[in-house]
Order: sequence, then structure tokens, then C-alpha cells
Amino acid sequence: MLKIENLHVRVDDTPILKGISLDIKPGEVHAIMGPNGSGKSTLSHVLAGRAGYEVTAGTVSYLGRSLLEMKPEERAREGVFLAFQYPVEIAGVSNIYLLKAALNAIRKHKGLSEVDAMDFLKLVKEKIKAVNLDEQFLYRGVNEGFSGGEKKRNEILQMAVLEPRLCILDETDSGLDIDALRLVAEGVNSLRSPDRSFILVTHYQRLLNYIKPDCVHVLAYGRIVKSGDASLALELEKKGYGWVDQLVSVGA
Amino acid sequence: MSPAQHYVEHYRTLALPGRHLPWLRRLREEAQSRFSEAGFPSPREEEWKYTNVSALEKKLFVPSVGTPTAVADTSALARLRLEDAWSLVFVDGIYSAEHSVTDGLPEGVIATSLANALERYPDRIEGLFNQAVPQDAHGFIAFTIAYFRDGAFVHLPPGKILDKPLQVIHFSTRPDGLSVARNLVALEQNAEATVVETYAGTGDLSYLTASVTEISVGENAGLEHYKLQSETVKGYHFGGIYAREARSARFRQHHLAFGGLLARTEIHAHLGLGAECELDGLFLATGRRHLDTQTLIHHRAPCGTSRETYRGIAADRARGVFSGRIVVHPDAQKTDAEMSNRNLLLSEDAEIDSKPQLEIHADDVKCAHGVTVGQLDPEAVFYLESRGVDEPTARNMLTFAFANEMVEKIRPSSLNRLVQDELLSSLPQSDIRKDWL
Ligand SMILES: Nc1ncnc2c1ncn2[C@@H]1O[C@H](COP(=O)(O)OP(=O)(O)O)[C@@H](O)[C@H]1O
Ligand SMILES: [Mg+2]
Repeated sequence: MLKIENLHVRVDDTPILKGISLDIKPGEVHAIMGPNGSGKSTLSHVLAGRAGYEVTAGTVSYLGRSLLEMKPEERAREGVFLAFQYPVEIAGVSNIYLLKAALNAIRKHKGLSEVDAMDFLKLVKEKIKAVNLDEQFLYRGVNEGFSGGEKKRNEILQMAVLEPRLCILDETDSGLDIDALRLVAEGVNSLRSPDRSFILVTHYQRLLNYIKPDCVHVLAYGRIVKSGDASLALELEKKGYGWVDQLVSVGA
Repeated sequence: MSPAQHYVEHYRTLALPGRHLPWLRRLREEAQSRFSEAGFPSPREEEWKYTNVSALEKKLFVPSVGTPTAVADTSALARLRLEDAWSLVFVDGIYSAEHSVTDGLPEGVIATSLANALERYPDRIEGLFNQAVPQDAHGFIAFTIAYFRDGAFVHLPPGKILDKPLQVIHFSTRPDGLSVARNLVALEQNAEATVVETYAGTGDLSYLTASVTEISVGENAGLEHYKLQSETVKGYHFGGIYAREARSARFRQHHLAFGGLLARTEIHAHLGLGAECELDGLFLATGRRHLDTQTLIHHRAPCGTSRETYRGIAADRARGVFSGRIVVHPDAQKTDAEMSNRNLLLSEDAEIDSKPQLEIHADDVKCAHGVTVGQLDPEAVFYLESRGVDEPTARNMLTFAFANEMVEKIRPSSLNRLVQDELLSSLPQSDIRKDWL
């Protein structure tokens, strides 16, 4: 599904990612853990196509195509979805307009007709119930005045409606109470399927109590310093991020 | 021949209304000689610094002669019409009874053409005409006094309430045509009305419309006044709205400007004791348009409240100008005035000049103002792109959102829809699909 090879990324002449390689097969869930500032959001943004990042080396292949050559909206239409760590507030564009615009853009790309208004409303109402947001959130500006947790659940709502192939969740679990965390985990688990993959960027192990990852990678200083199975997350939790520094100095 | 002489020549042969009234003849003659001397305003005048109308002097617009022209393109006119509203329609500056709808107006309410009113109610007009315009009137105002052919006259006796909007449509159909109008709207005490002025033209004709509206809102009366300026892409427009509010009067004006090549609207309000004034406005300037709005609020008596909210958008190589002036006179203690002006630039070549001015001559007042000029938030654009929305559509969605907050303030629903349509069709790259609505 996604193959990242030796990815180097700079921001304003500062190297941030220094040779990332990842191979994510269809149906797999990969967790990326690491201390603040290690480059997790940078990786997520580069995959989604945000401007301002300079790729100095490496390749990213997504479903056999070169992802980095695609425009952000093209990536989205091809099934890449990023749940942002800090979703932006957009006054005046209602949530439901955005969902409709996004869904129609994807449908058009697939050669399908515009979604029927009634079907759409039914779909959206069903999905919003699943993330436990009131229906009135559909008619508010995108994330406008939403609490931190509501913004995160709104990202999951969009993901559930758009049914992407590759879901990247950038610290969607941060700042959530245990009930909201469960809702997010259920949102992910209900979407798991053999042809859909996930990258879960997280700071804490606790999300992984609810979503069992196939692989766990530890990112530090722009490099993946260790990869393993689900037990690596537990080990990291026990030993703390100080252990990562040891790994780095050993590796260096 | 100078442009002023050109107009003097043209109008010499035209039968202008109200010739039988000495007071009006005198006003016209004075105005004519002022206009002959000074012509249209020049950028040397401080208030015209950003809006150069010298292009107008190179073109010679011609007033229509005789009876009203039949509107060939009736669909363009029909599109502008509000459902469920009375209407006074002026085609090329002349009243068209055929296109107007005035039946069923409440007893005692007058809605007719000014030419007709000058015949039937000359004394009433004399008491209202030229009372609200600034005394040191510039060339455009002098021009309208000298040469107005017609305009709307609306009068509500005390306590009368119009339960439907009254729409005044000024529609231009002739190439290089000239329409000069004076409109009068007077509400006696406790009366209430909604008046919608609409300006447009056929196709992409070039023409000049100069239209001054004087408004008198009586004691405790309430007027909601809208102006939709949707002139053609080559149209020239000068508009003035000058309102006087008596004690405890309420005046709400909403100005929406999307059209014209060079267009300016001035909106002045004079507030009496305890009067309320709300000025809202939105302009969207695309292409090479130049859209100028000048507002002036005079707090002349104590306890007045004014709220002013303006938004401007300029794209392509367009230019927007906003000047918001609030004057609190020495007697106007306990004035409460707020002004906000937010502007959005959509291209590097677009320009918006915003000039707020507070002049406070009383000490016990509350006045606040804020101005911003910014661009679309790139984070928001990327967020939409990351959901599959292409960049032009994302930018349009965000621009629409910015503007729509002003459209939502429009209360008559049919006008709300009309303005939303105007807005959508005026957005840059308006041909892209609006499947997000
Ligand atoms: N736009 C930017 N400009 C400058 N530095 C940046 C920018 N974005 C990220 N960085 C830097 O890149 C590093 C990685 O940041 P980020 O990817 O946000 O880390 P994480 O998500 O793992 O906390 C940090 O040192 C951060 O300061
Ligand atoms: Mg981050």
C-alpha cells in the first residue's frame, strides 16, 4: 500500500526527517511513537502533501504511484486521509458542506455521480452518532469553537464518511478522556479491513490497548530507531523515552 | 467642448420634471453652474483621493430621450425581482409603470415616481428635497440636482407599516446611456418599511448611473434599507444615500456591491436623540473593478447608537476602497459607536485601502473600531485540499464563507437568495461546481 524509502525532509534548511523507511501492507496497522519534536507530524504532513517541506532524498510509493508527485487533493481522492493533530477552524464553511464537497470530489474522481442528498444525510447522521457528536455540529463551521476532543472526533467522523484507503492519525488520542479515546478506537476498528491501512501516530501506549497494531516504530530525531511488534509499545511505556536516547546513542 | 458643456447642451433640449416649480428651477440652475465650473470631483479632493473618475470625462454619456424604453432582455430584469415585493422600476432613468408593481399598498402610503410626485405633491417634495445631502456637495451631487430625470418617491404616513419589501430597480439598457436619479424615502413617526434599491444593466454595456437617495426617518420610525449594486462589468456608478434620523429612529442600511467597472457609494447618517443606526456592507471586486464605499455617521444628539460592519474582498487586479468616518458632535454625550472593517485580498495585484476615522468631540462616549486586511488562511486551504477539494474550489469556499457572514444579515429571504447568487456568480472562477452548497 505505502512504501517509504530513505525519506529526507527539510524545513527552512533544517533537516527534520533523516532517512525514514517504512513498508505498510494492505490491512496493516502501524503505530509510530516518539518524543515531541521527533518528526511525527512532519512525516504525516509530507504524506498528505502540505507545502513548506522540502524532500531532499527518498521516495514514497502509494498503490504503485509516486505519492510525492501528487497534489494534496489528488492524494485525498486516491484515498489518503490525515486526521490532523491540530485541526484548523474554518468559520462559515459548515461541517456538512465540507463533508459533501469532500465526498463528491472523491466520487467524481471515481467516475461516480454526485451523492444523493437524502442518502448523504442518512449516512452522515449515522456516522455522527457513532462518534457521539450532536447533529447540530454538522451545521456549525468546521471545528469552529469545538473543544479539543470534539475536533478529534470530527476528524474521525470525516474519516468514517470518506472511507479512505490509507488513514494517518496524528496524535488523535492526545488530550482525549477515556470515553472519547474508546470512540476513536471504535471508529478505527470498525473501518479496519483487508484493503485499508492505518498509521497511528501516538505519544502514548494507551491507544494501542484498544487498537492492536501490527508493527510499532519508534521515531527519534528524524529517524526510526527501533521497530517491533505490539510489545515494543509496552516496553517503551515501561522504560520511557529516556530509553530512546540510549537507543540513539548506541545506534550512532 | 468640456464634458460639463456636453451635458449642459444635452439637457438644454430635455424636458426635466418640476420646471413649473420655482424653488426647484433655482436649485437646478445653481447646481448646473456649479457643475459647469467644477465638473466631476478630482482626486485632488481628499475624499476622492483613491477614486479617480477622470475616465468618466473622456466618455460622453447620453441621457435617453422621450418615453421609457421597453426592456428587450426581460429575463435580466426578472432575475433581479424580489418575490412578494412592491416595486418601482426605472429603465434608463425613467419610470416604467409597465414594470412596476404598486397595487395593494396600504391606504395613505405613496410609492411613485418623483416626476409624478412633483406634479401631485410639490410642497411635500420641497420639504424633503436636498435636505439630507451634505451642504458642501461635490460635483456628482450637483450633477444629480441639475439633471435628474426621475427617481423613486416613497412616503409613509405616521404609524404605517409595510409588511413586504418595496424594491426600487434602476436598470440600464442603452450603450453609453446616462441615468440620473433622485430618490426620496420618508417615513413619518412610528412608520416601518423595508426598501431595497437594485442597480443593474444589460449584458456588458458601458453606461453611467448617478443616483442619490435622501432618507428621512421620523421619530421612533424604523427603516431597513438595502442597496444591491450589480452594474455591468463596464458600468459606471455613483450612488449616494443620505439619511436623517429623528429622535429614537432606527435606520439599518446594508450595502452590497459586486458590479460596475468604477463604482462608488456614499452612505451618510445623521442621528438624532437616542437614534440607532446599523450600517453593514460587503463588496467583492474582481477583474479590474474599482469599488469605493464611503460611510459617514454623524452623532449629533445624545444617546445614539451606531454599529458598522463592513467586509471587502478584492481579487485579480481589482481595487477596493473603504472609508468609515464617525463624528461625535459636542452635544452627543452617551454615544455608543462601533465600527469593524475586515478585508480580504485574493491576489498580489489586488489592493484595498481602508481608512477608519473617529472624530470625537464629546467626553462621555463609547467608541471602538477595528480594521484588518488579510489573505486566505493557507492552513485552511490545505485542510480543504487534504479532504479532496481542489485549490480553486477551496479558495472559493473560504471566500464565500467570509462574505456570506454579511449575506446572512439580509432579512428578506428572496433578497438573501438573490444576493447569494450574485455573490457566487461573482467569485473568481465562478464556473467551478458549487456542489458544496
Ligand atoms: N514549519 C516548521 N518550521 C520550522 N521548524 C519546524 C516546522 N515544523 C516542524 N518543525 C520542527 O521540526 C521538528 C519536528 O516537528 P514535528 O514533526 O511537529 O514533531 P512531532 O510531531 O513529532 O512532535 C521540531 O523540531 C519542530 O520544531
Ligand atoms: Mg506532532
